[in-house]
Parts: sequence; C-alpha cells; structure tokens
Amino acid sequence: MNFTIILHSGIATGTVLLFAAIGEIFAERSGILNLGVEGMMLLGAMAGFGISLATGSAWVGVLVAMLAGGVLSLAHGLVTIHFQADQVVSGLSLTFLGTGLALVLGEGLTGQTPPLLVDFNIPLLGAIPVLGPALFMNHGLLVYAGYLFTPLAWFYINKTRPGMHLRAVGEKPAAADTLGVNVYGLRYLYTFVGGALAGLAGAMISLSVSPGWYSTQTTSGQGWIAIALVIFAQWNPFRAALGGYLFGMLRRLILDLQGPSTLLGFANPLYINSNYSFFLIMTPYILTIIALIIGSRAVARKKGGSPSALGIPYIRGERGR
Amino acid sequence: MSIRFKVEKRVDVPKWLPLATSVGSVILAFLLGGLLFKIIGGEPLKALKFFYRAVFGNWAVFSDTMVKATPLIIIGIAVAIAFKMRLWNIGAEGQFYAGAFGASLVVLVPLVPESSPKFVVIGMMMIMGMLCGAIAGFIPGYLKAKYKVNEIITTLMLNYIIINWNNFWIFDQWSDRGFQMTATFDRKAWLPRLADYAREIPAFSGVTLHLGVLFGIVAAVIVWWIFKHSRWGYEIKLYGDNPEAARYAGIDITRNIILVMAFSGALAGLAGMAEISGVVHRLQESISPGYGFTAIIVAWLAKLEPFVIIPVSILFAGLIVAGREIQPSGLSFLLQGIILFMLISSDVLLRYKVRIIRTEQEQV
Amino acid sequence: MASPPLAVEMENIVIRFPGVLANDHVNFTLKKGEIHALLGENGAGKSTLMNALSGLYAPSSGTIRINGEAVNFKSPRDAIEKGIGMVHQHFMLVPTQTVTENILLGMDEPRFFMNLNKYNQKILDLQDKFGLRVDPQANIWQLSVGEQQRVEILKTLYRGAEILILDEPTAVLSPREIAEFMETMRSLSADGKSIVFITHKLREVVEVADRVTVLRKGKVTGAGETMEGVTKKDLAEKMVGREVIFTIHREPQEPGEVVLEMEDVSALSNRGLPALKNVSLTVRSGEILGIAGVGGNGQSELAEVITGLRQCQGRIEVQGQDISNRPPINAINQGVSHIPEDRTEVGTAPSLSLTDNTIMKDYRKQPIGDGWRINFVQARDHTRNLKEKYNILAPSIDTPAGKLSGGNLQKLILAREISSSPNFMVAMQPTRGLDVGAMEAIRELLLEQRKNGTAILLISEELEEVMSLSDRIAVISEGKIMGVLDAEEADIETIGLMMTGTGEDRELAQR
Repeated sequence: MNFTIILHSGIATGTVLLFAAIGEIFAERSGILNLGVEGMMLLGAMAGFGISLATGSAWVGVLVAMLAGGVLSLAHGLVTIHFQADQVVSGLSLTFLGTGLALVLGEGLTGQTPPLLVDFNIPLLGAIPVLGPALFMNHGLLVYAGYLFTPLAWFYINKTRPGMHLRAVGEKPAAADTLGVNVYGLRYLYTFVGGALAGLAGAMISLSVSPGWYSTQTTSGQGWIAIALVIFAQWNPFRAALGGYLFGMLRRLILDLQGPSTLLGFANPLYINSNYSFFLIMTPYILTIIALIIGSRAVARKKGGSPSALGIPYIRGERGR
Repeated sequence: MSIRFKVEKRVDVPKWLPLATSVGSVILAFLLGGLLFKIIGGEPLKALKFFYRAVFGNWAVFSDTMVKATPLIIIGIAVAIAFKMRLWNIGAEGQFYAGAFGASLVVLVPLVPESSPKFVVIGMMMIMGMLCGAIAGFIPGYLKAKYKVNEIITTLMLNYIIINWNNFWIFDQWSDRGFQMTATFDRKAWLPRLADYAREIPAFSGVTLHLGVLFGIVAAVIVWWIFKHSRWGYEIKLYGDNPEAARYAGIDITRNIILVMAFSGALAGLAGMAEISGVVHRLQESISPGYGFTAIIVAWLAKLEPFVIIPVSILFAGLIVAGREIQPSGLSFLLQGIILFMLISSDVLLRYKVRIIRTEQEQV
Repeated sequence: MASPPLAVEMENIVIRFPGVLANDHVNFTLKKGEIHALLGENGAGKSTLMNALSGLYAPSSGTIRINGEAVNFKSPRDAIEKGIGMVHQHFMLVPTQTVTENILLGMDEPRFFMNLNKYNQKILDLQDKFGLRVDPQANIWQLSVGEQQRVEILKTLYRGAEILILDEPTAVLSPREIAEFMETMRSLSADGKSIVFITHKLREVVEVADRVTVLRKGKVTGAGETMEGVTKKDLAEKMVGREVIFTIHREPQEPGEVVLEMEDVSALSNRGLPALKNVSLTVRSGEILGIAGVGGNGQSELAEVITGLRQCQGRIEVQGQDISNRPPINAINQGVSHIPEDRTEVGTAPSLSLTDNTIMKDYRKQPIGDGWRINFVQARDHTRNLKEKYNILAPSIDTPAGKLSGGNLQKLILAREISSSPNFMVAMQPTRGLDVGAMEAIRELLLEQRKNGTAILLISEELEEVMSLSDRIAVISEGKIMGVLDAEEADIETIGLMMTGTGEDRELAQR
C-alpha cells in the first residue's frame, strides 16, 4: 500500500466519474433529469472500444463515443421535452436502451485489442514530490483535461452569458421564455452535452482506465454513482470532481487492502480470507448513501439547492415555473 | 384551400385509447427491434418464429415462460404500489435478493426444527423472505421520509450492497464444498410444482410451474382491493396525485412513505423466496436476470393496474426466455428499452390530439 | 390630414383555447404616450389579448399593427424588438439570480463574459433616469414584491421598450405603494411611453387612465372610451353585464364563546425569515374576523400554523385544545376546516375524481370510512348530494377535479369544508380569480356558516371583501397585527394606513 499509487489510481478512475457527473450537472441545471447515465456510458464504452478497433485510432473512438452518448440522450430529450413524459421513467428506459444497444452492437468485442489512449508525463509538474507522480505522471490526456475542465465548467455556468441562460432555463423557464430565450433548444443542447460527456466517460473506461470490453461489467454501475455524486455535489462542478476523485481512491484502496498480510501491526483479515472483500466492495455504495444523507441535510438547511424546474416539463402558458 | 395540422389539448380521453396506445407501442417496438435486428444482419421473421416456439411452443416451454413470469408478476405489483405513491423503488432487484437470503436462513441456519412439516418450513420461508425484503425497502423509505434522501439512488445503491452481502454468504459461510452456491435444500423447502403430481396426472410430467404463480395472483387481488376499497389505498393515491393535498388532508405522510416502501420490499422479497424455493432450490449467485428492473417496465406498461401486470409479465418473461436463446444476448434488453420508450412517448397521444383543419385561404 | 399612426392597433383578434373562445374578434388601439386601461373581470380575456401583443400566443385570426406597420410575432423576442415590453402578473424573474442578471437575460450583450460590474453601473444609470430604485447586486429572492416589480419594469426599459404592458400591477402592492406606482406610470407616460394598464379595479382606472377598453367574456363591451364623464357605475356595468350590488347583507349577530385563541405566535417563512411576529388573535363562534393586508405579509403562514401545516412558537387553542405544532390531523379532528389559498396545488387532487376529492377529510369517519375500508357507495351518494346542493357544474361525480373551472373547483372545496360542520374555518382568498356570480355565491355561503355559529377567519387581499363580510378586522403588516377594529368603525383610509405598517398607525389603531 502506497499513498501515491492510491492517489494516482483514484485520480484516473475519478476522472471518469468527473466527466459523467459534470455532464449530468449540465443537463440537470437546464431542468432535465437524465437517469440514463449508466446506459449512455456503456454505449460510449462500447463505441469507443469498437471504433478504435475499426479505425485504428483511439481518439476517433473517443469522438464517436461522445457522439453516441449524445445522440442516445436526445431520445430522452425528445420524450421529456416535447412529449412531456416522466423524466424518471424515460431515464430508466434510456438505461435499458443504451445497455441493449451496447450489448447488441458490442457482440464479439470481448478479448479484442484496439489501440488505447496513451499515458504521458507533464514535464515540470511531475517533479513535485509525492503529488507530482500521482497527479502529473503516467496519465492519459483526458485526466489532465479533467483538471482544466472542472474550473472551466464552473466558470461557464456561473460567469458567462450562456451559463446564465442555462441556469435561468432550469430555475424559471417561463422567465427565460418571455425574454426570447429558447427554452426547448437549450434543454436539448444540455441534454446532449450530458450524454456526450457520459459517452466520453465510458470511452475513457474501455480505452484507458481499465481497458477492454466486458459487457455490462465494463461500467459496473458507475453511471449511477455519477448521478448520486451530482446530488452530493449540489450541482457544483468542483464538488463533483472532488467526490469523483475520492470515490476513485476508495476503489483502489479496497483492492490494495487485500495485499498485505498485516495491517497496522494486526493480522489482515482480508489476507486470511479474501471473501471479506465483499464487505469492502459494498463500502462505496454505503458511503454514497451516507453522503446523500449528509447532503440532504445540508440542502434542507439551506432550502433549495436543486434547480427549481428540475424534472418539470415546460409548457408555454401553463403555470410559469 | 389549405390544410393545417393543429395540436390541441384533449379535454376527454376515450376509454379505449390507453389500451390502444399500449398495444400499439408494443407492436411498434417489435417492428423497430426487428428492423434493428435486420440492420445488424439477423433475420427478424425467423427470430420471431423462433421466439414464438421458444416461448409458447408447447406446454413444457410455456410452463417455463410462466416460471419466469412469476417473479415479474410479484415484483411488478410490488413496484406498482410504490409508483402509485410516486416513490421510485428501483431497488426491487436488491429486495428480491434480500428475500432469497431471508428464505435461505430458514433452511440453512436452520430457523425451524429439522422435523417440521413442509407447510411450516414453507410458511417460515415466506415470512423471512418478506421480512428481509421489507427491511431492504424500509431503509430507503425511512431515509426518504425522515431526511428527504432521494430514494432512486438509495434503492439502487442497496441493490449492490445486498448482492454483495449475499455473495459473502454464498462464497464463504454457506459454500457447498467450495462451490459458489449453497447445498441443495431439503425437499421440504421446495414449493410444490405441477410436475410433482405427474404420477396422478400424466400431462403434468415435466411441467415446472410452481406454487409461486399463485402468490402473484393473490398479491394482485389484494393490491387491487387495497386501491379500490381501502383507506390506505386512498391515502396512497391521494399522495401520488398531489402530495400537498395529502398533507392538507391530514394524512401521515412519513408513516405512509415508510409503510409503502416496506410493503413494496416485502412483496419483492416474496418473489425472491418463491424463486429459490420454487426453481433454484438453493441460494446461489445471479438468481435474477434483472427481474427487478424488467418489472419496472412491466408495471409501467400495465399502467400500474395489478391485473394487467399478469399478462404483461408473461410477454416479458417470453422476452427473457427467448433472450437466452437468441444471439446477440442484449437484444431482449434493447427490445425492453424500446417498448418502454414507445409507451411513454405514446402517452402524449392521451394528452393531445392532432386536428386536421381545412380552411379557405383567409387573406389574399 | 392623416393623423400620426397609433402605437398599437389590434383588429378582429380571435384566440381560441380548447373549449374556450378567449378573445372573440377584439379590437384595441393604443395612442402614443397615453395610459390605456384594459378593464375586465378575471377570465375576461385581458391577459390573453396582451399575451398575443407580446408574442407569447399567436392569434387564430386578426391583425396587429405597431406604429402602423403590420406585424406577425412568432415569439416574445419579435415583440421585444418592436419595442413592446410586458410586466406579467406573476413575475417572470429567476429568484436565484441577481437583479442585473435578470435584466440581462435574453439580451445579445454581453456576448460571453458577464462582466457584471460594468452592467451594474449601466443599470444604476437607467434607474436614475426613471427614478426606479433597486440594488442591482441583490438576488431576486431577497427583494420585496414592490422591488421585484421595479425590476420587471427596468427589464422592459433596458430593452428600450416604448410600449409597456402592465398586467394587474397593483394586485400585490399596499395602498401607499399603489400611490407611488401611479406616479411612476404618469412619469413614464410623460416621457413618451405608451402604457397598457390591465386591471379589474375601477378606482385605479378612474384615477390614472386616459382611455379605457372593457372586456367581458372575451368580447369588447367598451372600446377605447375617453375617461371624461365616465363613472365607476358605467364601467362596472360594462364589466359585469348587469348592475352590481356592492353591498352584502350581513345581519347583526351576537358572537358566542371563544373558539380560536392564538397567543404570541411566531413563525418562519419558507426562506427561513420571520413571517409571523407575536401574533395574538381570538375568534368567537358566529363571528367573522377578517385579516386585511397586502399579500405576502404573513397571511399564508398564519393560515398554515393554525391548520398544522407549519411549525411555530406560541400557543394556538381551538376550543381549549392546544393544536400548535401538531400534525394537521389534530386540527382536523378539532373541527378546523381550511379553504386553502391555492385551489389546485393544495386544495384538490387534479387527476382524481370529484368523489375522491370530496372525501378528503371525511374518509376516516363513519359512514364513509368503515374500519379499513372506504364505503364508496356512501362516498358517491355524499358527493352527488354536495354536487347538487352547491350547484357544482361537472359532467359527473367521476370527472377528474382538474377539469373543473375555478369557480366550480372553489365550490367543491367549500362544499367539502362546510359539510364537515366545522367549529372553526380558515378561509384564505376564497373568491380570488372568480367571476362576480361565483364570488357572490361563495360570500353567501360564508355568511350562512357564520349564522350557523362557525367561527371564521377570513384572510383576503381584497379590502372591500374583508370590510363587507367581517365583524371585526385585524390588519397585518410584515407579520405583525397592527390592530383590530370593529367593522362598523373601520374606514378604508385607516386600514390603508395600518397596512403600510407605520408606528403612528399602531397608536391610532389602539386608540
């Protein structure tokens, strides 16, 4: 067990959650709750892997994965924005649809070896003791992109004109509509952005973090954790990134705990009987629930937190909320 | 003269329309699925024929389909109750596993003396299965009612937690000679099957249908009664339609959220008990091909009506049965997703209608 | 000679909603620089007509000309470009954003980076020009209603609006704020802005308008008449279609024993700010206590603490039983009935049937409640009786409540709340949004309850309603009771002063 290794691995797997969660933040800020993240991620993972195999370029794979996630999310957009369907049910069916598509189209991909995303070092920053090797060495470009993406996303949402329109559409669509802001158009746009980022997150898994196509095991529920992170982060990209990294580290810690025969001078129960690791596998999920309890209490204290129009279809002329 | 299309809000919904849209969306979904299948190089018609034979071909396969439909019926009803109260119980899968665990406790601890008669063992398994399922439903219900924690996420997280919990017992404590399953239960812990009476009625030979299907039918009757005639059902309906009105009417919302989630969990737990007692006869990994999730679609497609859930479950059980045979394996997932999408899209037809207006040119 | 083109000409406007003809060949003209009142009852089609002018709805037929040029608005943006700005009755502001952000929403400038400091200054300059003060950096949710209204007007001015449409702007203001607002309108029109002033209050029309157009049930009954020689009575007839009886016959009646007693009750609003401050009130049986005040001064919270829907400090007793901070069921069991402020969001379940809606309180009690089950035969009989007795117009008792009109929905709620023969009744805005006929019916029902010995707390923003129905009137301002007056001694000026909440008024009130 080594802190640098845990941090290094946590940052890498955490970046997957970061992209998926911030994508969902964009969608939810515009008022669209998309529970289909798991399906979009899986489709992205398959598309990225398959296209990389077909074209010989991992980056083409990543691009197609983003497109696939985005296009899939538009199905959710159509039913919830224009047909005013229940966003929860639609999101669930998107999970099925995405999973089904990924499995059908991904038939035969298992065991293949496409070109993967390459890892590289950042010259000067990598020399920082302890943190340097963990944060700036042997990561793919997407991990480094994540460092920049988080503050940019925050800035975009809070300090720019399109960001202001995004928030207005999710808080009070009627107000935006009367001033000529295209509510439907923006909701489609950010649903697509959310889907594309979920697709990116999926491709990052299959092409970089844990390369390969293992059908539903590829994403193994990370899409759902990303959704939980959004609530935990109270729709703030910085908190979502932090949560993602912490979760990533926790996953690595679980693996590493099984290695040594002693822990802090005591016999390691996991070393003796590896079946105890089932309890460790549960911990991220338990911690998610605990984080939600803490988050919900914070939300209750501050009143609000979630975008006011989240989950509510906008129909012009009907109660401007 | 010009023709215009105008979309208008419906004032009245004709009685036949909801059924028509449901049936229509299933048919459309099959067409779309077939098209997709064709595109990726399959032969849809052949697959459909194969599907029919694998699902309804003869008594034995149909009984197999019914065996798969049983957990769908019970869980479909379980989630329908929660959905009526607008509680998104996505954790039926976990509650199903919890129920299987509870029922196994009865046999493997054991909780009843070895000499107990069959009905005691089965009865105890039902109680423990429902209890463990209820606990798995109670936790998210309590967190929702007391701390307003989003139940979608908590129920989902509990799925993973419970499945790993079961795995620990299967891999470690109860492992049968190192295999990843428990020893086969004693026959006393088996739900009666039609095949058990093959000696008396030869036609039943090899028919695997078990008593669990009756649990589903009884559950449908009870839940139908609850919503049609009981005070509790009324309270759930009222909250589901307008939570503020329920609060205003003096309904104890905290209690009802917890109760409904626990009840929903108990039913899903019963399904888990029926599966291991009626089909698998031991506790092992992967006892469910995602019943808990498919049942959500079933419930929604049945518009949360208990008696409609039964035939819809049979259709989806067919999809599961065929899905095992048809390659690629994700096809049934895909079809389920498309069906649900078609259905919720078609709901728009219940709210709006398109009028075709023929008008003389009004202006020059 | 051709006269200068009119600011707005609307000709033969027809707007249809499913089942309703909201505007039936309406003509409307607006001259440059005038204040033109658009008068009519709720549901007469005033807002609909102006929503068409602001590009929110497209008329089925008819033509609109702005400054003589025919236009065909496809969205609000088109209307804004032609210099039309509308201030909606329900404010169209994003609560979590600042004043400046709300004003900039939908503008092409700034292109990308917000640079709020620069725009804060720009908005301060605009405020100077028109004398409309409000802190540009404040979040909307922190502002008073009057301030929010100023933001709405600033929003239109910032876009260079020459034609302002103000939809019921005085409904949310206190008498003093209304006076200030009238001044604002006059100075805007002096600056050359043309103003459409939508209202149903006759007094304000007579006071400020240059011309008036009256709508009734979607049709014009008075077209652009100049105000000279027009009396309130004429306008009222055009608005309602018959002579209006302004007085209600309230027979004198000796009140009985104390039913409700509140002592030192304080409560917080949804935002966590103090909404009720040490309120003490008593209501006796057979008595109507009216609460007068401008909306948003603690009325909603007052109704909610009494009915158990909101936590509070202090003591609330109904017939000697403390019901404060108990679940709503306690109040219901003590015979407290409640006509809620919001008919659709609180009072009814829209997709459930009339039957399901009428048994909302009675389903626990015999004969409708029967142990675990509900006797739906009884429930349907009960509903049929109520439907007939209170003349609720609906196709059947199985019709979803959401399909009922506002007046019928209110009758349904009233029928339900009265049929439980309550000891005490909280009636919050019982006639809001109803036409005159329904209004009279509801008021008669309340008086009948008073006769039957029910203690009634009537909370209303319509001062005339409070004054004509109440035996005593309590005036509320910023969560404090400014004083309690006998209805006979109360006059509109005194109450109006107390509503603004100044210290002198308190002394005056306590006399």
